[in-house]
Amino acid sequence: MAGGRFFDEMRGMDGTVREPYREVARWIEDTPDRRMEQKRREAEILFRRLGITFGAYGAVAGHETAIPFDLIPRVLSQAEWRRLEAGLIQRTRALNAFLRDAYGKREICRAGRIPEAQILQNEQFVPLAQDLDLPGGVHAHVCGIDLVRTGEDEFFVLEDNVRTPSGVSYMLENREVMMRLFPRLFADNIVLPVGRYSEALIETLKAAAFSGASDPCIALLTPGQYNSAYFEHAFLADEMGIELVEGSDLFVDESRVYMRTPRGPRRVDVIYRRIDDAFLDPLSFRPDSMLGVPGLVSAIRSRNVNIANALGNGVADDKSTYPYVPEMIRFYLGEEPLIPNVPTYRCAIAEECRYVLDHLRELVVKETHGSGGKGMLVGPAASQAEIEEFRLRIQADPAGYIAQPTLALSTCPTFVEQGIAPRHVDLRPFILSGREVVIMPGGLTRVALREGSLVVNSSQGGGTKDTWVLGT
Amino acid sequence: MLSSTAKNLYWLARYIERAENTARILEATNRIALLTRGRPQGGAEWLSVTGIYGCEMALRERHANPGLEELMHFMAFDEHNPSSIYCGVRAARNNARAERNNLTTDVWENLNGMWLELQSMARQGGPGGDWHGFLDWVKKQAQLVTGAAQSTLLRDEAFNFLALGNFIERGDSTARILDVKYHILLPKGEPVGGSIDYYHWSEILSCVSAFRIYRRVYASAIEPWRVAELMILRRDLPRSLHFCQRQVNFHLEELAEAFAARHEAHRLSGEIYSQLRYGRIELIFQNGLHEFLTDFIQRNGRLSDQIERDFLMK
Repeated sequence: MAGGRFFDEMRGMDGTVREPYREVARWIEDTPDRRMEQKRREAEILFRRLGITFGAYGAVAGHETAIPFDLIPRVLSQAEWRRLEAGLIQRTRALNAFLRDAYGKREICRAGRIPEAQILQNEQFVPLAQDLDLPGGVHAHVCGIDLVRTGEDEFFVLEDNVRTPSGVSYMLENREVMMRLFPRLFADNIVLPVGRYSEALIETLKAAAFSGASDPCIALLTPGQYNSAYFEHAFLADEMGIELVEGSDLFVDESRVYMRTPRGPRRVDVIYRRIDDAFLDPLSFRPDSMLGVPGLVSAIRSRNVNIANALGNGVADDKSTYPYVPEMIRFYLGEEPLIPNVPTYRCAIAEECRYVLDHLRELVVKETHGSGGKGMLVGPAASQAEIEEFRLRIQADPAGYIAQPTLALSTCPTFVEQGIAPRHVDLRPFILSGREVVIMPGGLTRVALREGSLVVNSSQGGGTKDTWVLGT
Repeated sequence: MLSSTAKNLYWLARYIERAENTARILEATNRIALLTRGRPQGGAEWLSVTGIYGCEMALRERHANPGLEELMHFMAFDEHNPSSIYCGVRAARNNARAERNNLTTDVWENLNGMWLELQSMARQGGPGGDWHGFLDWVKKQAQLVTGAAQSTLLRDEAFNFLALGNFIERGDSTARILDVKYHILLPKGEPVGGSIDYYHWSEILSCVSAFRIYRRVYASAIEPWRVAELMILRRDLPRSLHFCQRQVNFHLEELAEAFAARHEAHRLSGEIYSQLRYGRIELIFQNGLHEFLTDFIQRNGRLSDQIERDFLMK
């Protein structure tokens, strides 16, 4: 805990405006409140219009409440980004190497760096993915790696998302809206563009095809319009110009996957799936899944279709695996991690569990399989009852929990009801691994809108900001 | 394009067309009910509208002794009546939402707007007695959607499925409107009835917006066999069976060209089309108007099933 003192993205620790924010600070200064208020309303209208386009995919009433958007951008300097980018590429390469190994010879276990049980006993391990030998050795084609900052030069990886990370559509839309609202700002700052994402994604997916087909057929598999990320699926399919399919649009014949079209069946080479493993193929996983494609796994194993991301990636981004990632970087790449992990206590280890139980008030406790900011205890903010409840839960299932010190997450100026105030932020860059590793400069900045809150997840009252990487 | 996309678009067009036709029929029903109020026999004649949809039983189950208001509500807002305008618009809008990528913003916004407003009217329990205003609104909204589709959609394969749904449904509806009233469209030469009959014919013509057109085309008093000829065989009346079938045929031909393949649907369509193209009203009346119309409705239904088999379920 930093005793209430947080690093502010705009004003650092000492209150003077940091260099990357010079123009943004001036803009905030020069813009009368009235005009800012008007722009906020315009942004709302723009998003609502997009909301008519996209939010209509939302479940019940037909109007998904859009995730709140904050006008003040989060800015990274060119130098900061170069460092982060190198660290992200490094980490993604190591995660892919690990997945290849985990579903191959498991040499990292033979070398004694990771216990084999950590892989084989992991609930996320999918035996059917053993020895798949995927094109380019890529398992995690699309990664979202969550970063947090605690000081001028202190960045940490909070978690890896190598299954079906979402949020990239917000990154693209936030930029779109900002450029429409404040063209002047983009004239005064050189902001590196992010719009090439869909193009980079389609290239990544093409590279994932098994057959050396020059023009592989790619489809995006969605659980359907009642899924909370459906609008993102529709948006990306549209941007890439590929079909958005549900399980019932596909079928498998002689271990090949086809789309149903009015012309007749069309062969599919790569599926960008936004469905969890468990629902992917009722013949291999949950037999009650109505979302998947029966026989899909056999088609993958016959090398007639590839999916992105690969089967069984959960073994790499599980919170119980997270503490081993620095070891993966050393083992596979022979390098030291460029962006460190947050120190993590594994309750599965008796000694560390004791420490956790003794320090619940100071720690953040997470379920190893949890996600989306749920099933989480933020010690300093929790009531005595909540702490005692977690104590019992940890004692009942120590392996189900990890704990980390409560980080002094950096803040960024944000519009709140009382005006502009600092709010905690994180950053999720999206890393694409195809023939090469590509990252759009920046990513999605999530901001905890409630005062003092450290939880940025949209399901927990988080918002988003446009994220800038400056060109000079 | 996916088969599921083609299917969603086909049914989206059918549902919207159906909502518009239902509004037209109810408009005429409302009018005839007002005109015949107080006459013996005339009072319950408007119930024949349920015959068009085959839902008289369902209405009787909900209302022991339905009056005009109950009928209107049942056909407009009842969410348990699959033939209601409410259910039709909801189904159309759900299909559109699933195919948001394949529609223009104009089509989507008009349809979504129509649905949201209809929903709020339903919550208020209906249009507060202003059925005329309400039905007019439905017709206009449906025309906005169809018009937006006509004027903004790319003429690709998907468009053909939308058009097929549109005209298959319209043909079906026109045939049903005529069929329910066939008993007053007496064979040529029979003595024409009194003023009630006159209102019925003009009602039928109004259903397809053809009252004035009739006058212009025939420049004569309204005669039953001419009404039938206009609605069945006229090549240039956009709601006639001939016109609808010509469109169906055209769009199936477009698909045959695009996919370089012909199916059973093409043969069925051509068969129905030639009958309308070369048919004569005298012969139709000789063999029985009712028989002709039920035969058309059945064959049109078979054609729709065949379109599903040939294109939408593969």
